[in-house]
Amino acid sequence: MSAKTAQFITIRLSRASRRRSKMSKKARVAIFDFTGCEGCELNHLNFEAQLLDILEHVEIVEWREAMDEKADGYDIAFVEGSLSTPDCITRIHKIRRKAKFLVAVGACAVIGGVNAMKNTRPSEEIREEVYGKDKYLFPSLPALPLSAVVKVDFNVRGCPMTQIEFLKVFTALVMGKMPVEPDHSVCVECKLKENECVYDKGMICLGPVTRAGCDAHCPSFGQYCYGCRGLVSEPNLKAMEEILVNHGLSMDEAHKRLLLFNANQIEGVTS
Amino acid sequence: MSQNLEIKVKHLTRVEGHGNIVVNMLEGVLEKAQLDIVEAPRYFEAMLKGRSFHEAAIITSRICGICSLGHQMTSFKTTEEALGLEISEQTIALRKILIHGATIQSNILHSLFLAAPDFLKVGSVFPLIGTHPEVVKAALRMKGLANDISSVIAGRAVHPISCVPGGFTKLPDAAQLAELKGRLEKEMIPDLTFAAEVLTSLASEIPGFTRDTEYISLRSDDDYALYDGDICSSDTGRVPDSEYRSMTNEFIVPHSTAKHSRANRSSFMVGALARWNNNHDRLCPEAMAVAEKLGLKAPCTNPFMNTIAQVVESVHCAIDAIRLIDSLLTKGIKPELPNQKPTRYGSGVGATEVPRGILYHEYAYDRQGRIMSANCVIPTSQNLANIDDDMKKIVPEICDRPKKEIIHGLEMLVRAYDPCISCSVHMLDVEFVE
Repeated sequence: MSAKTAQFITIRLSRASRRRSKMSKKARVAIFDFTGCEGCELNHLNFEAQLLDILEHVEIVEWREAMDEKADGYDIAFVEGSLSTPDCITRIHKIRRKAKFLVAVGACAVIGGVNAMKNTRPSEEIREEVYGKDKYLFPSLPALPLSAVVKVDFNVRGCPMTQIEFLKVFTALVMGKMPVEPDHSVCVECKLKENECVYDKGMICLGPVTRAGCDAHCPSFGQYCYGCRGLVSEPNLKAMEEILVNHGLSMDEAHKRLLLFNANQIEGVTS
Repeated sequence: MSQNLEIKVKHLTRVEGHGNIVVNMLEGVLEKAQLDIVEAPRYFEAMLKGRSFHEAAIITSRICGICSLGHQMTSFKTTEEALGLEISEQTIALRKILIHGATIQSNILHSLFLAAPDFLKVGSVFPLIGTHPEVVKAALRMKGLANDISSVIAGRAVHPISCVPGGFTKLPDAAQLAELKGRLEKEMIPDLTFAAEVLTSLASEIPGFTRDTEYISLRSDDDYALYDGDICSSDTGRVPDSEYRSMTNEFIVPHSTAKHSRANRSSFMVGALARWNNNHDRLCPEAMAVAEKLGLKAPCTNPFMNTIAQVVESVHCAIDAIRLIDSLLTKGIKPELPNQKPTRYGSGVGATEVPRGILYHEYAYDRQGRIMSANCVIPTSQNLANIDDDMKKIVPEICDRPKKEIIHGLEMLVRAYDPCISCSVHMLDVEFVE
């Protein structure tokens, strides 16, 4: 974590601290995971130096990856992963009932993430490919974002979620405020950072249709944007595909590139 | 002794992913002792099919957040072999430093955040903030620095950005590397030494269970093999990585969405303890000194010592990262662009030691540079049969204790393997017929 980020976090937490001193007790927080890679959860632990400060404001009451204890109710549930088995559906309803606020954390929970790519092919076919004749052992549903099944109060986007954004949502909630989601494209932030456009380097990029909030992190490291944050609310996908084709991709490649993280939003669920 | 015992632990805590422990004993006869893997399958093959080589590592990285860097490295090596992409010495050195950082990060996360609470008899790391603040702070500092290695060289720690097939899209500068080196010397080494002292004082809490086991890891002639090497079995010696299928032999069992593996026996172990057993002669003197202090001797057949082996090899990773940075600074960082011009289209195999053991990727590419078939064999799935075999031996040894203690013993055993269950069920094993 950069010194600038650490300073930002410290300032936000001290503000939260002043506001919270008027309140009575710590917020009860629970962390849950569904189908995903647990990279977002790992990023909760990657606060490192700030983790102890954060724990001043909250009591973590349930978190399977890090602790044994279980809880009956919580103020905020942070949920990672997409829903892809019957058991997931049962569990998310239970969590929703027990939580005042439910926050979807990371691409899998917010938009289905890379898991949603499998939704574009018939379910029977892919189960057969992996498990052959034993496919009946393991039921599987299309990978869904949490919002397809329960009400989600806030999103923390990205693959993985970024700590700065997580903290914005977290401190807003702890202070009893509503966080705001950006709805402009990554290109806006990329220009603000004065990066050379990825297209000018002879690469392709999904920045124009991808929702901002990441500070154009990947283009700043010389990589192209592959759309992990989901699409802006009214993306011009046809124009985006044309641009990709004009820069050397076939129509099929262009379409596939867009589906990396956004299969649910672009194709809907087919299986 | 006629014992009846029925144990079911749903969604084991303090491990990555979802697994249940199931034990049934009827009148002293063990009927069942196994780790059920109930993680939802994710079907990565459906995602990889027809994808370009640019996307292979972006997708396979998402198999696991904790091992994302290891998956990426393995993916690059596989793609580079399949497409005939030469990479520079500088790229290899930077990748080795990245692997050292990722190994330290994961080993510290496991040994001090997930396993240490067992030795101190608490349910999580959080009570330790009050009782052992110095340990928690040192652990956070080490994890922070290990992650900073990834952030500086590759853009971020989880799903790194700037490492790609053929090289790097952005290179660190000399000042950044020098700063990392300084922090490794001034923070990491003292913190690791302190962590080793703490664990030495807890040595009596480590169960004295042993079982004769086959150990499989990479092995190379010139270093403690993490980035590259041959496959080495403690039973049968070395084979090239292209023969990985004969060393894994995956098969499906009904109680696990992850496939199981076997080589020369019914099971084998991979991970830090396997690396220690096969490669302890390649460790630097500083790591060997820590091993001696912690009472780790080769060969060691106690799976609970895996946690200790993780701390020992972390010392080696820190020392070797300093050496690699020194040599890069001496040569100077050359402004290289990634080499992404394929010279052929075929298949490739990549094998890397990631924190939990040996990881294999294999891809076959078509003439357009699209993936036709892919296979990933994950360390944790290779360990599952071994965990079951350990359970079958340990249950009769501890079955006369109170049930709560038996459950805790089994949980500790599974945790000692540092299982990464998300990874283990995200296998691909597919031959596409176009």
